[in-house]
This record gives sequence, structure tokens and C-alpha cells, in this order.
Amino acid sequence: MIGELGLFALVLALVLALMQAALPLAGAHRGQRQWMAVARPAAVGQLLMLALSLAALATAFLQNDFSLAYVAENSNTALPWYYRLTAVWGAHEGSLLLWAVVLGSWSVAVAAWSRQLPEIFVARVLGVMGLVSVGFLAFTLLTSNPFERLTPVPAEGRDLNPLLQDPGMIAHPPMLYMGYVGFSVAFAFAIAALLGGRLDAAWARWSRPWTTAAWVFLTLGISIGSWWAYYELGWGGWWFWDPVENASFMPWLTGTALIHSLSVTEKRGAFRGWTVLLAIVTFSLSLLGTFLVRSGVLTSVHSFATDPARGAFILGLLILVVGGSLVLYAWRAPRLAAGGSFGLVSREMALLLNNALLCVAAATVLIGTLYPLALDAFGLGKVSVGPPYFEAVFVPLMLPLLAMMGIGSLVRWKRHAAGPLARTLLPAATATLCAGLASLWWLGEVPPLAALGLALSVWIAWTSVQAVADRVRGRRRRWQALRTTPRSVWGMALAHFGLAVFAAGVTVVSTLDLERDVRLAPGESIEAAGYTWTLQSVRSTEGPNYSAERGEITVNRDGRTVATLYPEERVYRMQSNPMTEAGINAGLFRDFYVALGERRADGSWTVRIQLKPLVRWIWLGTLFMALGGGLAITDPRYRRLTERARLGAEAPA
Amino acid sequence: MTVRQRRATFVLLIVGGVMVATALALSAFRENMLFFFDPSQVVAGEAPTNYPFRLGGLVRDGSLEEVDEGLMVRFSVTDGTSEVPVTYEGVLPDLFREGQGVVVRGTLREDDVFVAEEVLAKHDENYMPPEVADSLRTTKPGEDRR
Amino acid sequence: MKRLLMPLVVFVALAVLLGVGLTLRPGEIPSPLVGRVAPDFTVESLRNPQRSVSLSDLRGEVSVINVWASWCAACEDEHPYVMALADEVPVYGLNYKDERDKAIAWLDRQGDNYTASLYDPDGKVGLEWGVYGVPETYILDAEGVVRKKHIGAITERTLREEILPLVRQLQAEAES
Repeated sequence: MIGELGLFALVLALVLALMQAALPLAGAHRGQRQWMAVARPAAVGQLLMLALSLAALATAFLQNDFSLAYVAENSNTALPWYYRLTAVWGAHEGSLLLWAVVLGSWSVAVAAWSRQLPEIFVARVLGVMGLVSVGFLAFTLLTSNPFERLTPVPAEGRDLNPLLQDPGMIAHPPMLYMGYVGFSVAFAFAIAALLGGRLDAAWARWSRPWTTAAWVFLTLGISIGSWWAYYELGWGGWWFWDPVENASFMPWLTGTALIHSLSVTEKRGAFRGWTVLLAIVTFSLSLLGTFLVRSGVLTSVHSFATDPARGAFILGLLILVVGGSLVLYAWRAPRLAAGGSFGLVSREMALLLNNALLCVAAATVLIGTLYPLALDAFGLGKVSVGPPYFEAVFVPLMLPLLAMMGIGSLVRWKRHAAGPLARTLLPAATATLCAGLASLWWLGEVPPLAALGLALSVWIAWTSVQAVADRVRGRRRRWQALRTTPRSVWGMALAHFGLAVFAAGVTVVSTLDLERDVRLAPGESIEAAGYTWTLQSVRSTEGPNYSAERGEITVNRDGRTVATLYPEERVYRMQSNPMTEAGINAGLFRDFYVALGERRADGSWTVRIQLKPLVRWIWLGTLFMALGGGLAITDPRYRRLTERARLGAEAPA
Repeated sequence: MTVRQRRATFVLLIVGGVMVATALALSAFRENMLFFFDPSQVVAGEAPTNYPFRLGGLVRDGSLEEVDEGLMVRFSVTDGTSEVPVTYEGVLPDLFREGQGVVVRGTLREDDVFVAEEVLAKHDENYMPPEVADSLRTTKPGEDRR
Repeated sequence: MKRLLMPLVVFVALAVLLGVGLTLRPGEIPSPLVGRVAPDFTVESLRNPQRSVSLSDLRGEVSVINVWASWCAACEDEHPYVMALADEVPVYGLNYKDERDKAIAWLDRQGDNYTASLYDPDGKVGLEWGVYGVPETYILDAEGVVRKKHIGAITERTLREEILPLVRQLQAEAES
């Protein structure tokens, strides 16, 4: 019964999405106000139906309703209730439903916070989002129905993939989808602007908070995924350049470029065509990611069970959405007016370089991800492109980007004389040079590239603090000046500072970490990295739906126990695959990381021990970046200016 | 800058950027692309010695053995017609099992033993490393006779 | 205008590549055996070493051969679905590269309604048939022609969407 209810709600949601797409777009074209007015109620109704559908699926999971094929394949009565709940999006069908719910939520958010915008513009935005929703709901219903019935009803389900039975997985997919799908708002704004032929500073101002919000969610989603991979996959790596990771990273790179080019379009009216194109490209890459993950053209640890019919459907969707919008772009973009001019040394120029570097970086990731597929498609052999490729390409692109960042946050709009700019940057440059030399001298045998990485982290940290400090210096009432500093400036400084923390973490953990595979019998010790690691014991334990061998490993220094780690080797009863659960002792400056391998014939165990300095800074940095983005969104300026923009917009009509 | 100059800068930057990216990508591809061979190709001498590549196939049943008191293990990778002995020092992945698909990365020594630096295994019902699937497609024992 | 069409051109190239990629289906291995009469064999019965079973015994009706082993984890996963399939059609279990007592113990534990269990300890039949890993499942029509080879564990979905429809279709063909 609950299954039929969910399916019925899903069908109704599709009908409402069709209404949300067709009527407002037609209305905007023909100037019919009543048709345009359908957009908001249709969006709300669609979300209600989608939420009902998701709730029905969740209920089926909580009640162990194995008459639904999706529940039977991904749940089990022994599964704790919270994992039964997250199993809702643990596989293809349910995660697609979650995707639709997230898209519906963004649509309603746009509907609710767009009262200041011209009616015709909102109608177009919601219409475009409705179109996207129609595509995804049709995809769900036609190829991936989560409410499909199963006969005969099995007594027990197959259990959720053990890798996904983890708190990180509760938050990762929703966050990631909020980001992915959130770029549909920027996309819809861009399409609406192209349709209406009005692409100006006001348009950029409206889309900025939405784009930043999506970017914040994507940043959080990616870093939660990386954190999950770090502790759950048991290898101690935090980024694998896996096709699925790349699929989320490419829209992040172009999304970051979009945030910056939007600021130029808003402040200076320049880069209009480019900004629109970036908005289209970013969402297209989100869709491409969906295609890569769900079509089975690429294999990966994260990919869903695949089905060629699904791949063909998404490819069709991709061609319609991306092809259609690029045709629209080629048709309408020539009408865009050029913006204001700027000098060679100016913030516009710095952000232009930033955009070029970020897009080139995204392109190299795309090439690396699709290259094996291309070779295979033309019958040129099977190759794999692994982390070495991405590191070899990515690092040389990121170093100039980091250097440019420091200048970008201090240089003035339009024109900045080279001399004064150099004087502004002198203290930061001195600090950077000192940091570079100090790390070379102090850390001894670090590679020069690592010293450069650390120096650039100092450079960015210094300049981002200076971006705020310069507003205060020389003022009589400093506190007042600090308080009136716009939140978007605070946000930028915090996000840039976060990137500095992130870069420092990545540099240190990738050059100074220690990894050793050893064989230890219970009671045996080994010396590594100045610590004594002792395997105290290995005991059998039972979890709710698995049994495990649980090791106890102590880490000693100078006779004092610094950490006790409990790595496990689990076997989940239903799926009977062994799985490593690493033992981790986290610290701000270092992590101890231990994973059990297999038991050898003589009763000893293979153990992988790792010491990871500053690894936490990676996620601390991304957290700062997300917080910075969040701070920028709350800038009251956006609300004030949109009101002013509305007055300006309605005057000619 | 005037509008025209700016547009020129813009195009120049993008074109330059794409060129830099292509150059970087190509040089990185040349150095970091790992070719894939199956045991038959290795036995036929098609694979390079002392140069890294990936070898894929199935772990032959009963071939896994411990070499010494340390971590070193030895096993054979087969595609049904030929097999290649592999040594590996380290912790084997969770899903490594005899009779199942595996991809190992490493180099082939002069004495035709493959020294693995990394072992990848995954064998749930939906996954077969594409290279393994392909090598099994081309060299199947006995089937072409029929 | 030409410049503005560039993104579209790049995208079209990408879409073509993805389309081609989609047809490649990594992970799928076509078997040359499909569409031919299955190679004959005569092996011992698993539970009764004195009895021998030949493929020719299987002719005359639609049948399924399921290759499994007690050392194979995925076989445990698929076993309930194989047993469900055995309610519809005769399913023969081919025990592959295994030890007899271990295999019998496994069957006793997991449930056994195979029509008969065949014992292939050194993988001889497996070699003839081109078994490269377990589990694998072959569907034979009434003439003994292999109509489908399924590689990997049978899941609820593959059973419902691929195997059962084919079995029913073949059974209908055999009756008409």
C-alpha cells in the first residue's frame, strides 16, 4: 500500500513539474500573467508530492517492507534503524528520488525568495527548473522506479552495502546533491536571462547568492565524501582521482570560477557572455557526473549498479539540456553588450586569470577522466589514468592560481598602479619568502615543491587577513570600520584563509606522511616514525549485523601511551564480504591510522600503520571555505540591491 | 584596455590556457599512462620488462602462498591459457580471493616474475575490471575450437 | 558567431564519445557458447560418487546449469535466488574446483533443491564450458542449446528481469 502511495505521489509530482515547466515558459513568451502565476504554486505542490514519495519510501524501509524490490535489495531486519533510513539513498533508485526532492527544494527556495524579482524572470527560472525536473522524474519513473513490487516477497533483505553503513554516508549524498542540483538555479537564471535578452549587473547580483549557496553545499559534500573515504576505505588516502570523485570535482572547479566571474559581472558589468557560459557549463558538468556515475561507461568503487537503458536515457537528457542551452547561448549571446574597460593590473585581470586557470584545470580533469574511454572507443587499447597523471597536471596549474589569489584579493577594481600595489604586497611577500626558506631549513629534506606549497599557504593566509585589515588601518574608529566591513569581504577572506589551511595540510600530508605494512603477532612491537606500535591483542566481537576481529594497538613514545587504536576486520553476515574498519586516533597536528589486513597461518596479522601529519587541516580548510561562502550569502547587500534592482527593472515595462 | 584589446586578451588567455593544458596533459599521459596486459601477452613477451604496467586476470586457485616470515606473498595470475607468477609485499585488499579477478600494478623482472606494488581486487556481482573482462574475451581456452 | 558555437561543437564531440562508450559495456563478456549446443560431459554426482550424470540427460526440457563453489562468497549471495529459480525450472548445480565434503556441507547449510548436483573437482567441465570464475549460470533450451550465459551472482533483479522471462519464453517455445 505504502509503495502505491509513493508511486502515485511521484506521478503527481511529474504532472506538476510539467505544469511548472510548460505554463510559465509559455506565459512568459506570450505575456500571459495568469500562466506565469502557476510557477510558484506548481513548485510548492511538486515538492509536497516528492516529499510524500520520499517519506513513503523511508517508511517502507523502517517497516522492513521487503515487498518493494528496492528495499529488499538494500536493507535487512538486522540493520539499525538509522542505517535503514539512509539506505533510502544508498543505491541508484532512491538516490535519484533524493535528487528530485533536492531539485524540488531548490525550486521552492527560489519561489519563496524571489518576491523582489520581475515576475516574468521568476516564471522563466522556475519554468527551466521544472523542465529539468520533468527530465529526472521521467527518468526515475521509466527506468528506475524505487517502488517496484517483488513477488514472492522474501523473508529477509540483502542488506545495505557495508561501506555505506556509516555516519559519513548519512550526510554525504544529500550535501553533494544540494551542491550538484543547486547549480541548476544558476543555470536556470542564465537561461532565463538569455531567453529574456537581459543579461546585466542586476542578473549577476540575483544569481550570486544562489550560486554561492550551491557551491557551499558542494564543497561540504565533497569534503565529507573525502573524509568518509579516508576513514572507511581503510587505505588512509583522502582523494583518489576516481572517476566518480572527478565527476563532483569538475563542477566544483567551474563553480568556483563562476562565483568569481559573477562578481566581475556584478561589480563591473564585464565578462557577461563568459559568465553565462560558465553557468551552463557548471550545471552541464553536474549532469555529466550523473551520467558517468550511473551509466556504467566508467567503472569505479563508487559507481552504482548499471544498466545501459539508463545510460541511454541520461545521455539523451544530457544532449537535450546541454545541447539546447548551448544553441540558445550561440543564438543569443551576440546581443550582449560589452562591459566596462579595465587595466592590465586590476582585479578584473586577476579574476580573468583565476577563471582561465580553474577552467583549464577542470578541462584536464575531464580529459584524464574520459581519455581511457576515448582510447577504448577507438579500439586503441586499454589504459588507466591514475593519480600520477592528475598530480602531474594539477599541481603546476594550482601553484600559479594560489599565487594569483593573494594578489586578487588586494588589487583594486579597474586599475591599480603597479608601484603602490607592490608596496601593498611587500609585507606578505616577505613573510612568504621567510616561510619558504624556514620550511626548507627547518624541515630538512622536504622537496622544494613542498616548501613552495607551504610558502604559498602563508602567502594566501597573510593576504586574506590583510584584505580585512587594510579596511581598518588608518581609520580613527577601528572597531566601527571592522563592523562595517561587508560580510562578503569577511566571507572572501575566510574562504581564502580556508584554502591556505587546506593547501598547507595537503602539502604536509603528501610529503611527510609515513606508511608501513608490517606483520605483527599479538604482543609484538615495531618502531616506526619515532613511536612504538604494539599489537596488544586481537579478539572476536559481534556487531548488530556483522562479526569482527578487533585488534588493540597501542602507540607509545618514551614509555608513555599516546594513543590506543581499535582497528577491525569485519564480515557482514548478509553480504559476507570482509571489510576493514581502520583504527584512527585523530589530532589537530597528526593522525595515527592503523588497518588490519589478514591473519596469517602462524596467527600473526598483517597490519598497515600510518602516521599522517596535518591531515585534519584538509577538512578544516574546506570547512572554513564553506563557512566563508555561507557568510558571503548572508550579506544584507544582496537583499537591499535586489529591491533597488526591481525598481529599475520595472520602470521600462 | 579597450573592448577590442580586452576581447583579444580574453581569447589569447583561453587559447593559451588550452594549449598549456594540452601540453601538460600530453606529457603527463606519456609518463603516467599505465598500459594493461594479460598473462598471455606477458608470456608471449609483449610486455616490457622493468617498466611499470598493469596485469589483470584471475588469481589461480591454490596458488596463494606466504614466502617468508615477513609480508611477502606469491600468487599466480591467469587468463585461462597462460599464467604469470606475482610477488607482493604488503597488505592484500579485503576482497582479494583465489579464483577471483584481480589487477596488479608493478613491473616485470628479467626472470619473468611480476613484482606488484599495488593489488586491486573487487568482485561483487556487478563488477569485473573492464581490462580483465576484455582479456578474458580475447583468450578463452577451448572455445574457438567449437 | 563562430566563436560562440565552439562550446556546442566541443559538447557534440563529447556526446558522441559518451554514446560510443555506452555501447562498449565494460564488464560484459559475450560467450561464444551462446547459440550453440552445449559441450557434452559426463561427471560424477556430487552426493553419490557411484552415479554419473551426462549432459544428454538434461535434453528434452529447458534447464539451467548453475556453477558454484563453497569457497565463493558471491555464491552464497545468489543462492536464495537460484533456489527460487529451481521452483520454476530444473536447475543443475555444477560444483566447480571444490572438495566434496566441503561442498556437501555447504549445500546442507545453504539449502539444496537442485535437480541434481554435478561434481567437477579439477574444473574439466568448466574448461570445456569456458567458466572463468564462479558463480556463472547457463540457460539451456530443450534442444540443449545454450541460450544465455549469466556471469556473476544472480540478484533479485536479474532473476526477475532477465532470467525468469527467458526461461518462461523458452518453456513456451518448447511446448508449442
